[in-house]
Amino acid sequence: MDWSLVLNWAFLVALLTSCVRLAMPLLLAVLGEIVTERSGVLNLGLEGVMAMGAVTGFMVAYYAGDAGLGAASPWLGLLAGMIAGMAMGLLMGWLSVTLKADQVICGITLVIFGQGLANYIYRQGFRSLAVNGPGMPSLPIPGLSRIPVLGPVLFDHQPTVYLAVLLTLLVWLLLTHTTWGLKIRAVGENPASADTSGVSVARVRYASLLIGTALAGLGGAVLTVVQLNLFREGIIAGRGWIAIALVIFASWRPWMALGGALFFGLADSVQYRIQALSQVALGARTIPYEFLLMLPYVLTLVALFIRSRSGRSEAPAALGRPYFMHRLQ
Amino acid sequence: MTEASPMSVTMADRRRRRRELATTIGSPLLGTFVGLLIGAVLILMAGANPLEVYSAMAAGAFGGKRQITETVLRASPILIIALGLMVAFRARVWNIGAEGQYFIGALAGGAVALLLPDLPLIVLLPAMLIAGAAGGILWALVAGLLKVRRGMSEIITTLMLNYIAVLFVQYMARGPLQETGGYLPQSAQFVDAARLPQLFGTRIHLGVLLAVLFVPIVYVLLWYTPLGFRLRAVGSRSSVARYAGINVNRVILFAMAFSGALAGLAGVVEVSAIHFRVKAEISVGYGFSAILVALLGRMHPVGVLVAALFFAGLTTGAEAMHVVSKLPVALASAIQAVVVLSVLVADALTHGSRD
Repeated sequence: MDWSLVLNWAFLVALLTSCVRLAMPLLLAVLGEIVTERSGVLNLGLEGVMAMGAVTGFMVAYYAGDAGLGAASPWLGLLAGMIAGMAMGLLMGWLSVTLKADQVICGITLVIFGQGLANYIYRQGFRSLAVNGPGMPSLPIPGLSRIPVLGPVLFDHQPTVYLAVLLTLLVWLLLTHTTWGLKIRAVGENPASADTSGVSVARVRYASLLIGTALAGLGGAVLTVVQLNLFREGIIAGRGWIAIALVIFASWRPWMALGGALFFGLADSVQYRIQALSQVALGARTIPYEFLLMLPYVLTLVALFIRSRSGRSEAPAALGRPYFMHRLQ
Repeated sequence: MTEASPMSVTMADRRRRRRELATTIGSPLLGTFVGLLIGAVLILMAGANPLEVYSAMAAGAFGGKRQITETVLRASPILIIALGLMVAFRARVWNIGAEGQYFIGALAGGAVALLLPDLPLIVLLPAMLIAGAAGGILWALVAGLLKVRRGMSEIITTLMLNYIAVLFVQYMARGPLQETGGYLPQSAQFVDAARLPQLFGTRIHLGVLLAVLFVPIVYVLLWYTPLGFRLRAVGSRSSVARYAGINVNRVILFAMAFSGALAGLAGVVEVSAIHFRVKAEISVGYGFSAILVALLGRMHPVGVLVAALFFAGLTTGAEAMHVVSKLPVALASAIQAVVVLSVLVADALTHGSRD
């Protein structure tokens, strides 16, 4: 193999640039799930939430573009994706917080529901299935984007990339520096004592679910509206589940989530590039593309495996348990 | 509750049991009704007449011998998988990787058929079925061991293994196992001795019989064997199980292996009876439908049998309806999920009122 094809600046810059871009949908979903899980709700429905965000976002962006809304249409799509995500969040909240149903069963059902409904909406909403959305132009940051290497990798992206990093900061601030964050964590660690000190467990959990599913819906919409400009069945391809694994890997911390998401973005971009490169470099002896496509799923297993070695997890103590108010008399 | 000795059956007990039975059967029926109602709203929104669509679906699923055959053929892989999953779910082992175990089972069984085509039917078919079940067990035990040894959530590991399995079968079908001289990503056709025989001159095959046979087997396993008691004890409350001296890890591994075996068996049955080849297009989400079927069937073999027929009927019905009304087949999967969601709601509501 000719290594000079890989080990040169142009290649590395392109690799890292796409790594940052590909990491974003995952990052948004992980951030959302961190907020939700910190409040003690395990939302396993993320894959379905992302599917609904992806299809709704894409459809709104597509028809807004059709209606001549121009540059506003991808943004409308992203907004619609968030709203669709939150609708799923409300459903999950009703089931798991209000009705106190088993969160694992609700989550798994929510995934299948979201996927089924998303496919139905897609098939029903478009006459022809091979449609492309308007997409979103990239927004190089003046000055910074000219820096060699760092410029294109960090400062020459679509606005959603900057937005996602900003949201990482906001989620971190929310959880660690605000009263609301304190309430969320209290409810996730010890709902009974939070309750006795006057915090409404149900309200905090609903709010955390809505924040979480809004972000996951946004992540799904970023994927279809900004990155791929299309929707197809199974487009989320396990990102929702990988996000749930990444929450564990990141120990429920937003900045660690950014690191974890970038790592998966790198794996994704390596995989795309090897597919293209191996034909040039390896000729007939290419790595079968199925094995490259397996990479994110294998990496998820590896990441969880490494994490499992380090003993006790830092999971919120009340994670996955419905809260039953005990009447004090 | 089934362990209660006959002596303790008092009037109150009997009344409680009757109420339990009512919710056990009542909430799936209510859920189904609500699910079909919400489906009707979807159909209305698409500008069609729900009554016409539903009657077209019913006719397409159960309207004649051909339709019923198709529905039964669809139901049998779902039934086999769901019977395995309900055993795992009873122990609160959340194997959602049946789809992957199904693919590995189909691959393992199919490989036997392709590599040993000269064996007589009486040897080849059992060997294929065993290989399929073993493939499913193997794939499920990866997740089982990771859970028991490393505490890794089986929900995530089984799901990741799904993607890996499907991609691996895709690779095998266009690579090592591809038909020599063929262009499509699929293996050569199986020899006749590797095909499950059909029964009574219909398309109904031996695998359907096998599926139905597992209904009483699972029932006896869960309620009339010590192992079944252990499975349910682990599922009800792990601490109770530990006090009773049950090796929880071993039970978890068994739950995984059993559900994996049935999923793998469903896979090899499907390629041996329907496709006669190894290829990637052997499942329409059977592994995921089976999760819903296990839940809708209240993790009871008879309930699962009914739910599998119902879900298969929804799909074959939707396909027939699609030809007439142009509504997407995906309507069926949307309705299926709504039905199960409604059952969850009905359950939670009745539980709430009981406290």
